[in-house]
Amino acid sequence: MASHYEAPIREPLIIGDKSYHDITKDVAAPVEGKANKQWWIVFIISMAAFLWGAGCMLYTIGTGIGTWGLNKTVGWAWDITNFVWWVGIGHAGTLISAVLLLFRQKWRMAINRSAEAMTIFAVVQAGLFPIIHMGRPWMGYWVLPIPNQFGSLWTNFNSPLLWDVFAISTYLSVSLVFWWTGLLPDFAMLRDRAVRPFQKKIYGLLSFGWSGRAKDWQRFEEVSLVLAGLATPLVLSVHTIVSMDFATSVIPGWHTTIFPPYFVAGAVFSGFAMVQTLLIIMRKVSNLEAYITLQHIELMNIIIMVTGSIVGCAYITELFVAWYSGVEYEQYAFLNRATGPYAWAYWLMMTCNVFSPQFMWSKKLRTSIIFSFGISIVVNIGMWFERFVIIVTSLHRDYLPSSWTMFSPSFVDIGIYVGTIGFFFVLFLLYARTFPVIAQAEVKSILKSSGENYKKLRDGNHE
Amino acid sequence: MYKFSSKLKTFSIALMVIGILGVGYGFFSAPKTVEDVKEMLHDSHDSHHGGESKAHLEKEALAKIENHGHEADASHGDTDAHAEHALHQLQNRPWSALYVSVLFFALISLGVLVFYALQHVSQAGWSIVLLRVMEGITAYLPVGTVLLFVFLVLSSMHANHLFAWMDSSALDPNNPNYDKLLVSKSGYLNIPFFLARAVVYIIGWNLYRHLSRKRSIAMDSASNLDIYKRNFKRSAGFLVFFLVSESMMSWDWIMSIDHHWFSTLFAWYVFASFLVSAVTTIALVTVYLKSKGYLENVNDSHIHDLAKFMFGFSVFWTYLWFSQFLLIWYSDIPEEVTYYVTRFNEYKLPFLGMVGMNFVFPILLLINSDYKRIPWLVVMGGIVILAGHYVDFFVMIMPGTVGENWSIGIPEISAVLLMLGLFIYVAFTALTKAPLLAKGNPFLKESEQFHY
Repeated sequence: MASHYEAPIREPLIIGDKSYHDITKDVAAPVEGKANKQWWIVFIISMAAFLWGAGCMLYTIGTGIGTWGLNKTVGWAWDITNFVWWVGIGHAGTLISAVLLLFRQKWRMAINRSAEAMTIFAVVQAGLFPIIHMGRPWMGYWVLPIPNQFGSLWTNFNSPLLWDVFAISTYLSVSLVFWWTGLLPDFAMLRDRAVRPFQKKIYGLLSFGWSGRAKDWQRFEEVSLVLAGLATPLVLSVHTIVSMDFATSVIPGWHTTIFPPYFVAGAVFSGFAMVQTLLIIMRKVSNLEAYITLQHIELMNIIIMVTGSIVGCAYITELFVAWYSGVEYEQYAFLNRATGPYAWAYWLMMTCNVFSPQFMWSKKLRTSIIFSFGISIVVNIGMWFERFVIIVTSLHRDYLPSSWTMFSPSFVDIGIYVGTIGFFFVLFLLYARTFPVIAQAEVKSILKSSGENYKKLRDGNHE
Repeated sequence: MYKFSSKLKTFSIALMVIGILGVGYGFFSAPKTVEDVKEMLHDSHDSHHGGESKAHLEKEALAKIENHGHEADASHGDTDAHAEHALHQLQNRPWSALYVSVLFFALISLGVLVFYALQHVSQAGWSIVLLRVMEGITAYLPVGTVLLFVFLVLSSMHANHLFAWMDSSALDPNNPNYDKLLVSKSGYLNIPFFLARAVVYIIGWNLYRHLSRKRSIAMDSASNLDIYKRNFKRSAGFLVFFLVSESMMSWDWIMSIDHHWFSTLFAWYVFASFLVSAVTTIALVTVYLKSKGYLENVNDSHIHDLAKFMFGFSVFWTYLWFSQFLLIWYSDIPEEVTYYVTRFNEYKLPFLGMVGMNFVFPILLLINSDYKRIPWLVVMGGIVILAGHYVDFFVMIMPGTVGENWSIGIPEISAVLLMLGLFIYVAFTALTKAPLLAKGNPFLKESEQFHY
């Protein structure tokens, strides 16, 4: 790793006069304390939403996909929109923990734990949709290439939907392992601090007997680096494969080669917006403002701005090439997006994704917490509509005008989506009460190079 | 201060002289008339299978597009037309050879400039000791882009047939060359607008390069951070301009050679190709200067970081190469797939070989952490990567200009030598103009102490 010297111009990443012990106390406090009333209120609301969603899912499976708003032309709508949206959200977690690790970004240390948690919970939500959108979900295991009694009837490896199965399951498992490895020293810290035997037992089990010897740390670092190196191509390939569900097709508006990197950029964009939403609240309610500082928020805003601009560049590229191609179906697909019956969705998406991140060029706006929170919500709405626009507007009007139709969701479509939001928050709220939400072991490693007190001490003696 | 060694200087001049002679020979030996071509065709008759199947496929593809006009070569069973087509391709060969090299080297220096701007905006702490090396390489940008512009002007004046769309007869409904698809694109693909766009990109890039170099020199003796801050802001602005101009540049200068074909990913793919070449060039120049004892603050950690970027961007290039190929191959839509059919049938070895050079070799070589610190291994990997990306540009440009009549012979190699000689001459001359350590950057000390 880089040496301990840090340029004075760099802003401190840990605010206040913190010692190693202070970090431990601050990180352990939410786990060791009791949940307050607000937590319970939010938890109950989330739980209710989750239960309602679960009911909608059961209703779908019991009654049939016909309970949704799909029709013969539009066979994919909210189900796959939500799937891609949730997978996209998950990507920021891996980006923060893996890509930022490869780029030696010290500021990731305060946010990687929660971002990874968000990844895992978001991928869990995403993983529901490929199953429940099946007509016969109980046959779901047929997607797996397992030897069987049908003369070993296998899957066709040419379908991106099968690649999805491998991509998502690999992504979830690798993210989980990466996350859990990072948690070992922190669980060990909670184990060592626990006063109640039950807690001690639980965290003892979770921490796998971590004792923090030099050799363990050395291997720990190496494993993190290797996993980061593996997770980075993984994160790119997962959303690439998701994008290929559309891009390999022959549907105008879907078949376009820019989808793989553009979906990835969009995923980072929406994922960071979600991290922003969650962390702005978390730093407040868990009293972690000294670690998740305004600078963290600003840097995330910059990433949102950069990826938002890349997404904007991709939109313009698509528009240009649709015109340039001379293919009238392609041209119509984009004309239909901009002026057809779903133009409102298209312009909402454009406003949220292309214009709103451009506000971040202003230092005043990107360092305003309220504004950042607002934009992060706007971006998530925009990115939901991006997937909706890509999927629905391309399907509802394509080659044969006799097959043109409209789509509107049923209450079951909406209920399931609301349910996944509820489920996500149930998981996240439980996580915030039981897990060390900041990687204290990592944050301690930068205290002396990037802590405000140490920086002051050093720069004071300087020259 | 760096002193341009007389050996290297002589070497670069020798490269240029040999290059000019070879390029001259290429133009001289190109066939002048249809008769010459007929004679050549007579001599070697068996190499035409691919060409015909390509033309056939293209025709079929056009027929699928509903609003097509008369296809350009509707009745080309006629040998005269065939010989004329071959004449154009053969006459294009020295031009294309030159174009690939001019473009390749100009884009390498542009890529270095982008990498340089990225170092500023990301407030990188490791690369400060390399900034002057990057500035030296980007000194080639004005030379390279002006040469490129001259080339584009010559093409616009019909000195060659590289850009088929520049032939105005294709827009005339009464002409046998009439191309209805082109008419629909002529709002974008027309010579005045094409050249005007080129002027805008070239001025934009060079302006940033000129001013950032000036600020960098001024910073050496600055007492505060004002210049540093201005540099930061200008670099961010440049990157935005670059994102847009690079996309359009790729459509204009490369994609429009196959003007019936289109791909949304194309611009980013081109970017990945020259970015990895640029980082490789930085690494090679750094290793060279270090070996001559000039970069005392550069240690093996800096080389390691550069090698990591070479590795990472190689994988990134492959990702985009594969994405574009896979999606077009998978859907097999006739008007798009001709692009790869041509390349697969007529350019199989370079088309597949470059994947070996740009992906398999570097990934196997540079995955080892220790190897990334060993200069000669980095140089070896770097040479293969650069050669591989030359082949990449070759495969992007040649099929649309010389078609089946390609080869890597005297015109191609000479063009590379010529531009390489010029590149070395300009870049290393620029390196002598300023101290090799950029002072005044607030991250300088981080970079000097950098260890990974």
